[in-house]
Amino acid sequence: MQVASLIQDAAKRLLAEGQVELVLGFSEGSLPLRSTPGFVRRPEDAVKLIWDHTCENNLAVYLLKRKSKTAIVAKGCDTRAIVTLIQENQVDRNNLYIIGVPCTGMIDRRKVEALLEGQELMAARVDHDQLTVEGKDLEKTVPLAEVLHDTCKACTCPNPVIYDELAGERVPEKPAGDFNGIEAFEAMMAGERKAYLAEELSRCIRCYACRQACPLCYCEECFVDCSTPQWIGKAARTEDNLLFQAVRVFHLAGRCADCGACERACPVGLKLSLLTRKMVKEVKDLFDYEAGLDLERKPVLTTFAVNDPQAFLVKE
Amino acid sequence: MIIKKSELSSFLDKLTGQYQVLAPVKKGLEFYFQPISSGVQADLSYSNSVTAPKGILFPQSETLFNYDVQGETADMQECLDTGKKVIFGLRPCDAKSLVLLDKVFHGEKYQDPYYLSRRANTVLVGLGCGEPRGTCFCASLDGGPFGTEGLDLLLVDIGDKYVVEVVSEKGASFLTGASLPLAGKDDRAAAAKAKETAFQACTINLEGLKEKMDVNYDDPVWGFLHEKCLGCGACTYSCPTCHCFDILDEVKDSTGCRVRNWDACMFPLFTLHGSGHNPRPTGKERFRQRFMHKFKYFVDNYGAFACVGCGRCILNCPVNIDIRQVLADIKAGGDEK
Repeated sequence: MQVASLIQDAAKRLLAEGQVELVLGFSEGSLPLRSTPGFVRRPEDAVKLIWDHTCENNLAVYLLKRKSKTAIVAKGCDTRAIVTLIQENQVDRNNLYIIGVPCTGMIDRRKVEALLEGQELMAARVDHDQLTVEGKDLEKTVPLAEVLHDTCKACTCPNPVIYDELAGERVPEKPAGDFNGIEAFEAMMAGERKAYLAEELSRCIRCYACRQACPLCYCEECFVDCSTPQWIGKAARTEDNLLFQAVRVFHLAGRCADCGACERACPVGLKLSLLTRKMVKEVKDLFDYEAGLDLERKPVLTTFAVNDPQAFLVKE
Repeated sequence: MIIKKSELSSFLDKLTGQYQVLAPVKKGLEFYFQPISSGVQADLSYSNSVTAPKGILFPQSETLFNYDVQGETADMQECLDTGKKVIFGLRPCDAKSLVLLDKVFHGEKYQDPYYLSRRANTVLVGLGCGEPRGTCFCASLDGGPFGTEGLDLLLVDIGDKYVVEVVSEKGASFLTGASLPLAGKDDRAAAAKAKETAFQACTINLEGLKEKMDVNYDDPVWGFLHEKCLGCGACTYSCPTCHCFDILDEVKDSTGCRVRNWDACMFPLFTLHGSGHNPRPTGKERFRQRFMHKFKYFVDNYGAFACVGCGRCILNCPVNIDIRQVLADIKAGGDEK
């Protein structure tokens, strides 16, 4: 059975039986290769729910502050965010029904755009593991694996880590994450890295789409919005843009689900996963911890162990 | 007059000596309007820039004045930008957006010296759209792929050259001394044909929208329209007509500057009072404000919709909120369909 039908059946059943008031899933978007979050409240609307390689948003962001009983369609990375939200008491597990979906990766539209040599994407279709895209007078077929998001390519968590029911067959687990892009980033000399980041973040328009798309960025008052004291310049200057991203990433240390939602949300295509994944790698190297993989394991930065690395301490 | 494509960069090179020239520049996959120092940097093979060129006349952040307080007195220097600029190759939708911004910044009640100084010193050279994108709907908003409103000159691509059409007196005097060859009969015919064949697939029907929005403030439609909105500023900050701003002082010891930054109605902080009260407490009120401002309040105040149909908000929204669908839903009204 198709994954989409399984999701629709589950949604229909849950709503009809009154188990949940709302099902958060994906609906068809208005553009090729785009889906849009779907909020379904009536059993007869369950048919609007879809599942394909465009379901890239992390819907866990919509769980915050939700009081009513809710079902959510969640990929592996989405469930990692949910686990952390439960651990941080932001989401009540008893109010949540998780329709887990094994995921084989989401399509990166920027990679598709690059294939089209400047032409507008008119249509796209996936046939097995091939993606065919059409421009005005151009058609290209490429292996799907080539146009997935980098975060999907490096994903080690394709299956949901927590769920109430699973829509579809589990997909093969993947070996430990590769940090290919990150290693190249780390290998840069400090000055080179700083120059690279400055160039990249000079394009930031401070729209905060990255922050808003992130399920773990839920502070009542973000530090960038504080006025007394004002921690950061409000103007979209490169140095302040850098500071914003640096603090955001530090605040996500040991919490980031490595889902890539921030990068996907960015309207100017900043490679934000370089920063978030660098932090994921740091935490893994230092504490052998990856956020959101195990509901029972205490979040790393809320615990202390005598053998925790303390290289930062100044010793006499 | 005509500019041959092969001579475009040398034409721009000459301009860079007299003006600050801002043109579409490709960075990665996207295009941005940026100052160019050499004609070869400009790339007109674009559909449109990620963010609107309005930011040239109304920058995302600008210092209005600097000050130095000494005892009872203060020394103040105003930062009025009077440099001569050319925005080269902007699209007709973005030129039209400046006509809308003029209504705000050059209005009866308020004259904005910072915007007006830049506006007066800037020549707008437009580039007609031979191939509008699927998300473009300028023709539904009193514009068009070859619309000239707000422009000084319009370039029409006819293959290996551009036909330059003079729109304003400013445009005519800008060309004085440029010694461009005149357009021949064939060139003019080719330009007319290009305009005729430009096809905009997307249209939206705005009939009755304003009347609906005059009375639908409490319509249940607002209760679900906003639900998937993340509350970021990707739409407003890429929009050519959004113009809300915030003013603050950046102070160090006795010196400081007053800075104006773009702000967005999608952010809670935009309306947060000092008391802690927020008259637009949730996404619903903020989302409604964005659409009310564009399609009702702006019409009440200035007699036009504050949208030019560039489609940037559609392309940039992280959750695919499509303004065309939102407007259709507003018109339909009522509960979720």
